[in-house]
Amino acid sequence: MTTTTTTTSTRVIRDYDRPLWRRIFINREFAIIALLVLVTIVAAVTIRGFAQPITANYLLLDVAPILLIALPMTLVMITGEIDLSVGSMVGLASVVTGVLTESGAPFEVAALAALLVGVVGGAFNGFLVTIVGLPSLAVTIGTLALFRGLAVGLLGTTAVTDFPETWTALAKAKIAGTTIPYIVIPFLILLVLFAVLLHFTPFGRGVFAIGLSKDAARFSGVDVERTKFILFVLSGVVAAFAGIFYTLRFGSARGDNATGLELQVIAAVVLGGVSVFGGRGHLHGVVAAVLLIGVLGSSLRLAGVTSDVINIITGGLLIFSVVAASVLAWAQRVRAKAGPPLRVAASPAP
Amino acid sequence: MSTTTAPAAAAPAIAKKPGGIGRAREFGILAALVLVVIAATVKNPAFLFSSDGWRDLLLTPSILMLVAVGQAIVIITRNVDLSVGSVMGLTAYLTGRLFVDVPGIPIVVVVIAAVLLGAFLGLVNGALVAFAKVPAMVITLGTLYAYRGINVLWTGSDRINASDMPKDFLALGTQQILFIPVLTIIAVIVLALAAWYLRNIRGGREYYAIGSDPSAAELYGLKVTRRVLSAFVLSGALAGLAGVFYAARYGSISSQAGSGWELDAVGAAVIGGIAITGGVGTVWGAAIGAMLLMTINRALPILGIPDFWQRAVVGVLIIGAIVLDRVLAVRQRRQLIEARDES
Amino acid sequence: MVDAASARSAPPTALELHRVVKSFGPVVALRSGSLTLRPGSIHALIGENGAGKSTLVKIMAGLYRRDSGDFRLHADDVDFTSTAQSKAAGIAVIYQEPTLFPDLSVTENIFMGRQPTGFLGRIDRKAMRTEVDRIFRRLGVTLDPDRITEGLSIADQQIIEIAKAISLDASVLIMDEPTAALSGVEVDRLFAVARSLRDEGRAILFISHRFDEVFDLCDTVTVMRDGAYIDTTPIAETTVDELVRQMVGRDVTELFPKQEAAIGEPLLEVTALTRPGVFHDISFTVRAGEIVALAGLVGAGRSEVARAIFGVDPYDEGEVRMLGAGVARRNPTAAMRSGLALVPEDRRKQGLVIDASVGGNITLAIRRRLSKWGLITSGIENRAAKEWASRLEVKTHALDTVASTLSGGNQQKVVLAKWLATDPRVLIIDEPTRGIDVGTKSEVHRLLSQLAGEGMGILMISSELPEVLGMADRVLVMREGRITAEISRDDATSENVMFAATHSSELHS
Repeated sequence: MTTTTTTTSTRVIRDYDRPLWRRIFINREFAIIALLVLVTIVAAVTIRGFAQPITANYLLLDVAPILLIALPMTLVMITGEIDLSVGSMVGLASVVTGVLTESGAPFEVAALAALLVGVVGGAFNGFLVTIVGLPSLAVTIGTLALFRGLAVGLLGTTAVTDFPETWTALAKAKIAGTTIPYIVIPFLILLVLFAVLLHFTPFGRGVFAIGLSKDAARFSGVDVERTKFILFVLSGVVAAFAGIFYTLRFGSARGDNATGLELQVIAAVVLGGVSVFGGRGHLHGVVAAVLLIGVLGSSLRLAGVTSDVINIITGGLLIFSVVAASVLAWAQRVRAKAGPPLRVAASPAP
Repeated sequence: MSTTTAPAAAAPAIAKKPGGIGRAREFGILAALVLVVIAATVKNPAFLFSSDGWRDLLLTPSILMLVAVGQAIVIITRNVDLSVGSVMGLTAYLTGRLFVDVPGIPIVVVVIAAVLLGAFLGLVNGALVAFAKVPAMVITLGTLYAYRGINVLWTGSDRINASDMPKDFLALGTQQILFIPVLTIIAVIVLALAAWYLRNIRGGREYYAIGSDPSAAELYGLKVTRRVLSAFVLSGALAGLAGVFYAARYGSISSQAGSGWELDAVGAAVIGGIAITGGVGTVWGAAIGAMLLMTINRALPILGIPDFWQRAVVGVLIIGAIVLDRVLAVRQRRQLIEARDES
Repeated sequence: MVDAASARSAPPTALELHRVVKSFGPVVALRSGSLTLRPGSIHALIGENGAGKSTLVKIMAGLYRRDSGDFRLHADDVDFTSTAQSKAAGIAVIYQEPTLFPDLSVTENIFMGRQPTGFLGRIDRKAMRTEVDRIFRRLGVTLDPDRITEGLSIADQQIIEIAKAISLDASVLIMDEPTAALSGVEVDRLFAVARSLRDEGRAILFISHRFDEVFDLCDTVTVMRDGAYIDTTPIAETTVDELVRQMVGRDVTELFPKQEAAIGEPLLEVTALTRPGVFHDISFTVRAGEIVALAGLVGAGRSEVARAIFGVDPYDEGEVRMLGAGVARRNPTAAMRSGLALVPEDRRKQGLVIDASVGGNITLAIRRRLSKWGLITSGIENRAAKEWASRLEVKTHALDTVASTLSGGNQQKVVLAKWLATDPRVLIIDEPTRGIDVGTKSEVHRLLSQLAGEGMGILMISSELPEVLGMADRVLVMREGRITAEISRDDATSENVMFAATHSSELHS
């Protein structure tokens, strides 16, 4: 196609509005990473017993489920939806694993079945949200109860504790020569997969578009329903995987495993810079936020601070981060109104 | 120049009147409640016809009723309050604490203190939501954590036991007037007041307007910030009262009191016809929903279903309720548009 | 402006704006807005999109606060800081898309926030009902006051807004493009209501693009252009051409540089497309090099047809073929793959991801095409975006500028860039120049003309007659869901297009 005619100015359009250093350093994610580093250093220096290699082990084992589930949760929340059923899915997967193992099935089969349950549960959420058209908040409150109910119903008040040694040991084993638990490997693989999916594929571009404007996304050829459905299935399957890990790590499958986990995941995702309104967020910020909460938790515990105070801090951090985001957005709006000079133009669209 | 009497929308027969289909919903869940009670009673007459059975039938839901009513008001404005369980825990503990630390304190003072604390905690929520314009779900998620943490911190390793509390306060928990538990009577009075307010006072109607279309509410000049704030204050105050009820009913209060009640409250409201998107539903429906939820919990074991399955049943009910709402809404919208095109 | 002599004998003014200025940062939306409304008059306000009309209205409504200039209501100076204040002062605005509460009843919508109360503050439902009955009787309207407003037609919603204005005893009623979504009968009803309100002594401001309505209904007309007041004349003393000349500042024909293009093979064939209640039996063809205009009043169903062809909306019967091959329904990706592109009507909500960057917007539709082995980087995207942004001369400093900060014209260029990047054979464009300043308007027209010259087929939906007449090779006219006429370029005139769009060229009486 030939270039269009006339008008004089061959204006040069830059790629980015702000210089590179501003882009790297002035954003939410960097602030969280910086905070993480700061808190870790402070904790290492001031809290006895924290700066030991074994700390990394406990910390990572503790936050692994949250780390795992935060990955698909980030994508779900970027599209403007939410999945409150993940904690219950962890419990359900745990119970399925336990029940099948107890009835004699090889552990591998039980674990596979649990993953399948994760797929089905996620698909159920996805179906209700995309095909029936219900708000995800309401749906996942319902499935939170349903999945947890199934978990408790299947197992009652008992627990299954008889799992193959090889597997439970693996869950807690460290990578040779370090204190880092093996679970980090699958996590890193998933992290890379999700990061590539979100930031380097057309699918990921679609995810952001849906979060910013569902209608415009649809008009641009993004299959909104299919995208959201896939994300809910991913959320379910990863939660199931986390459930298997959780079971092996504690060597116990119980109906009430991981109650309340969803809140910790969402708190971390929001703290990590994902906008509650959808359309914005980066995985590295979320990972940093999970680690930050983990470091805070374990260091304070070592210092003798009780977990309730840690909860207060988590809650406070969550509130602070959203309020701060809100204030920043407001400031940006004010600054945008006095934007670069345009010619006397059409009146601003309503 | 004569005015044209133009063929306007002669209201089609299926045109919904506010409360039209809603009333059908309330009757529906009331019928479901009656069915459950009948089924359970048939299986075990003691469910209804023993003094304990009858009392428990009315008593336990009364507490959830209060929380569900508050939650309903918040959801009607297109928000949600996930912190009510933690608020309940805090005010229940406050109740016990006051009785233990201030011997001889009048019950009324304790009740007022608990309600005020609840209202204050609700005010914090409301201020953050209304002024910082942050989604209520996230804010109340944060306060759910924070308030519970404060509760546990305050409780320390203590636990309030029934023996710590004045006899006449505990009696309130089980007393009956004309065979109806006192707590239930109070709950119903509160419910009636709330329903009256929502139906007959400008402020109450504005809750519905704000939930129906928040931007239109701004354009109309409604004081949206003030109204949203008041909705959260009410929710907190009612959760505060529920905390007192809890203390009276159970006597022993741990730091985990009220944990999980927020989801039951949301579930009760949704089952009772409150649309999660706001603008629709009545507190009567939320109250009946609360009764239905709690009664099912008690009826399950009698009907031969181990009570482990409670949560699952609740989940199915919630999902069923919102799917039903959606199906009805889609069908109705189609009918309304067809009727409009025909005229 | 009115001189001293006639001011003495002129009737008192209801509302007066004089040299009102309003800026948003460095963007001057209103350079000098003036308006004088008299009671018992229906006053038209016309001007192109971007002339400043909507800013003026928002100042009157209390949504914006003016920077300088006079604002008088019944000879008292006023300064509104909220919509509630302007409502209380007696100014009511009826917008093109009324904002009602869908879950509440008609009556509640009318009285929300100021319901009559009785003992203990209890809402007096009987008094509300009596009042609503009175108003509806007066308006000659039969609406059930107890039904919820969800599902009501736009015409009925407007009537409710008018009822609200009457119950507020508004002395000034502003109607912002009220007939855009109305059928002929509904327009008649609206005009009858407006006239009776005028006869009661209220002042009505009627903003519209439709000259036949302006000449039918109004007694005075004010023209604005480029953010400034131009002139006010009694309707009886002016003509459409004169008004257009004032609105545009130059002769109409200059604006549409249509170049001749060779018409080639059929590209898009639509056959018997039907969606009950929305459009019926739509059939037409768009050939290579052709610009086919789809004209008609708003609400005729044109945008719905476009969205159905492109796959965003469903249809029940009929077929869409591109270059002989069937296009799957309800599948925008399939439509795109077959060579279709759609620039939608609502730029901010459908055409653009308004909060995303310019670069992100331009590359959104070609994201799959840009990817290699399933992967895409911002480097690749930026290269493509820059190329297209330069080609269309989008005025922006950087690719990651947020699209919402651009002017309407530039935003439209971004949308065009996005779709041209997909290399379509047929471009469907819905209201190509709505809300765009004059300069960019002609750029867009030149671009469309050039694209046709290069063999693209263009389906242009437009409500602006001059644009239709100036650009189209063929004009298809739709009315209430059906195609009522097909007129070639040589035969097309304002009259016969309007006739087909309204089924009547007689002025409403």
